[in-house]
Amino acid sequence: MPSYKAPVEDMMFLLRDVFRSDAVFAEMPAQTDTDCDTIESVLEEAGRFCSEILYPLNMTGDIEGCRLENGKVITPKGFAEAYKAFSEAGWGGLSASPDYGGQGLPRTVQILVDEMLSASNLSFGLFPGLTRGACETIEAHATEDLKNLYLPKMIAGIWTGAMALTESNAGSDLGLLKTSAKPRDDGSFTVTGTKIFISSGDHDMAENVIHLVLARLPDAPAGTKGISLFLCPKFLVSEEGTPGAPNNISVGALEHKMGIHAQPTCVMNYDGCQGWLVGAPHRGLAAMFTMMNAERLFVGVQGLGVADASYQTATTYARERLQGRTPGATVTSPIIDHPDVRRMLLSMRAFTEAGRALTLFTALEMDREKFHPDPEIRRAATGLVALLTPVIKAALTDFGFEATVLGQQVLGGHGYIREWGQEQFVRDARIAMIYEGTNGIQAQDLVLRKLTLDDGQPVVRLFGLIRKTLDEAEPVPALASVRHAVQNALTHLENITKRLTSGDLSSAEERNAAAVDYLRLFALTCFGWLWLRMAHAQTEAGTSENGTQPAGKLATAQFFADRILPQTASLAAQIGAGNASVMAPDAGQF
Amino acid sequence: MKTILVPVKMVLDANVRPRVRADETGVDLTGMRLSINPFCEIAVEEAVRLKEAGHAEDIVVVSIGPAKAQDTLRQALAMGADRALHIQTDDSPEPLAIAKLLRAVVEQEKPDLVILGKQAVDDDCNQTGQMLASLLDWPQATFASTVSVDGDRLRVTREIDAGLQILSLPLPAVITTDLRLNEPRHCALPNIMKARKKPLTVTSPSDYGVDTTRRLTILSVRPPAGRKAGIRVSSAAELVGDLRQAGVL
Repeated sequence: MPSYKAPVEDMMFLLRDVFRSDAVFAEMPAQTDTDCDTIESVLEEAGRFCSEILYPLNMTGDIEGCRLENGKVITPKGFAEAYKAFSEAGWGGLSASPDYGGQGLPRTVQILVDEMLSASNLSFGLFPGLTRGACETIEAHATEDLKNLYLPKMIAGIWTGAMALTESNAGSDLGLLKTSAKPRDDGSFTVTGTKIFISSGDHDMAENVIHLVLARLPDAPAGTKGISLFLCPKFLVSEEGTPGAPNNISVGALEHKMGIHAQPTCVMNYDGCQGWLVGAPHRGLAAMFTMMNAERLFVGVQGLGVADASYQTATTYARERLQGRTPGATVTSPIIDHPDVRRMLLSMRAFTEAGRALTLFTALEMDREKFHPDPEIRRAATGLVALLTPVIKAALTDFGFEATVLGQQVLGGHGYIREWGQEQFVRDARIAMIYEGTNGIQAQDLVLRKLTLDDGQPVVRLFGLIRKTLDEAEPVPALASVRHAVQNALTHLENITKRLTSGDLSSAEERNAAAVDYLRLFALTCFGWLWLRMAHAQTEAGTSENGTQPAGKLATAQFFADRILPQTASLAAQIGAGNASVMAPDAGQF
Repeated sequence: MKTILVPVKMVLDANVRPRVRADETGVDLTGMRLSINPFCEIAVEEAVRLKEAGHAEDIVVVSIGPAKAQDTLRQALAMGADRALHIQTDDSPEPLAIAKLLRAVVEQEKPDLVILGKQAVDDDCNQTGQMLASLLDWPQATFASTVSVDGDRLRVTREIDAGLQILSLPLPAVITTDLRLNEPRHCALPNIMKARKKPLTVTSPSDYGVDTTRRLTILSVRPPAGRKAGIRVSSAAELVGDLRQAGVL
């Protein structure tokens, strides 16, 4: 039956041979101890925890699901114990500030562990992921008193976090939300409203849940400029840090979902609970947005992780399952020898390995943005991160879902049978395309905001990096074919970008209609770029220092270049046709 | 007890399917995942438990192997060992050479107890612990499934063919671990980070005056013969006839 092995070798290949992270971190005073040997020890141990403790709960948790009893949410068997072991081992505090008890490791290491958590147990991974997001928001915007009271216990995993943004009338458009906050005499606020789709809104795994709630103050301007952020604990906390009386926060209902069944997705009622302002009044969305990039990266690797877990099962199955005979075979062939199955497996892998590379590239830039002493380098990093995070969120979840469908298909009938686990990955992967900002919204963000951010400098910088890789690969004959394919893709991308930013497709309506196709074109070109980088690094490294060699980077790069990257041409044609046919039929004709 | 010495070996990961080199000289290790020998991991865990219970102060781990063996030592440090010694060699010394090196380390470190894994999962020799005890002239308890402190002695249950045997040993002594002795802990992240700062010394076999030249020549290493199809017989008489013909009866 299926198992999961964390892809530590591939991760270390990317860090050591492609991105040379030792040199990158050596420039950051706070990260001089973050060398590859240390990272490898951390990843090995995290991988063991995920395979041995979290993965066995993935299917059982999906089948059992969560339930609501007497107003309390009960998580599936084993989850509370696993969470306790996870927290006691300090995994929840991996990237948190040492000032509050964390290990202070960089985003690069955090995101690799997040991939493993997502792959081995997506539902479980949301608990520490949301808690970390809440901690980062509190650390960036809350008062010292609030930080000292809440952060140490959240970082230690004794309390968890939840983000309450969405209401029944306000999802993609948060400006319509109605939850209210009225000031009290002591400086705190009374928060009243109902939120829906709140992940980890309540559970039995920790003694308190710290909610970050978006609400309107009495004098707030309309729309998104009138939203403030409040910290509302499930149980009120004394000055010494002990949870006490319940704070009028209750679970209205548990959602029945397509997937992530072990995740309690709640309707939350805030019935005049006590809350504390985080950040400036009316600046709640801006406060949330400071950790938006980190959350987008996190959701992106959810798609990536689940796809990789599906790939691992599919490959094992394809090696063992004997059906049919390939031309010239005298005995029944394992299905991995059939070209169509090869194609499916390679398609999955062409995506997961490039997705991992793009994630690491961006994570390293996020670390530069946070830790590098040179303000120019930080500025350049900020631009690249802003540009790439919507691409990572949308592309890794879109391609991730497609990969899980392929992983299910490889198993034939058994792919439809629960026991093999592939169908769960399909169901679980689907949500990542929707939450944390739908992929359509991500595409809008890319096209309408990020292409023209900073006078378009980040885009120019990114295209420059791609060109640099093309130039560096020129002297290597084995890379010529991949190089040409990436060059063609870049040409399509540059032409379309120009038309969207300053040419015939630059109206708001045209950009809106082009956005999703454009994001895919953008992502495919980035994958091509990184495939060229990886293939080049592997031919240079030969065998990496520690004797391991990630299999067949050049072969997979060639497959990507030949059989997937040409999609850029059709995407460019689609976008180039303009939006007239999209908007010609009116609403009445549907 | 003051000091416990735990020798650990890095081996092909127990979950990896071994491949034989094309020239039949040995198992192909290039690009393969290497990990701490499972029985050695149990030995480290037992030492850490003894220290946590207050029966020892200091745990030294030692490994004899190539550069990558340091990963194994770091893992042992993350589990709770205090200091590590890496005797670096690419030679794959045989058990007797290992035992001689360990004797030299014992003379340096003066431990009260040496705990080893009963055997390594690559060569399954099951010799080093016994040879070391003999070289040191120390009492030994092999295949331990329980270890407890009994005043200034150790009480060890051994798993043997006939069942369970209980021994009482004075210190200093040698113990080798069996599978059921304990379940090694998952390392906590803070301990993994702390492990990099713990002392790790690198030496070589010649520093101890031990010759690690192999005495055994490996003639060939081959994978087990493929399973052949069985033959259906129609009666017991036919079975007996076939067995006689095969020379079995």
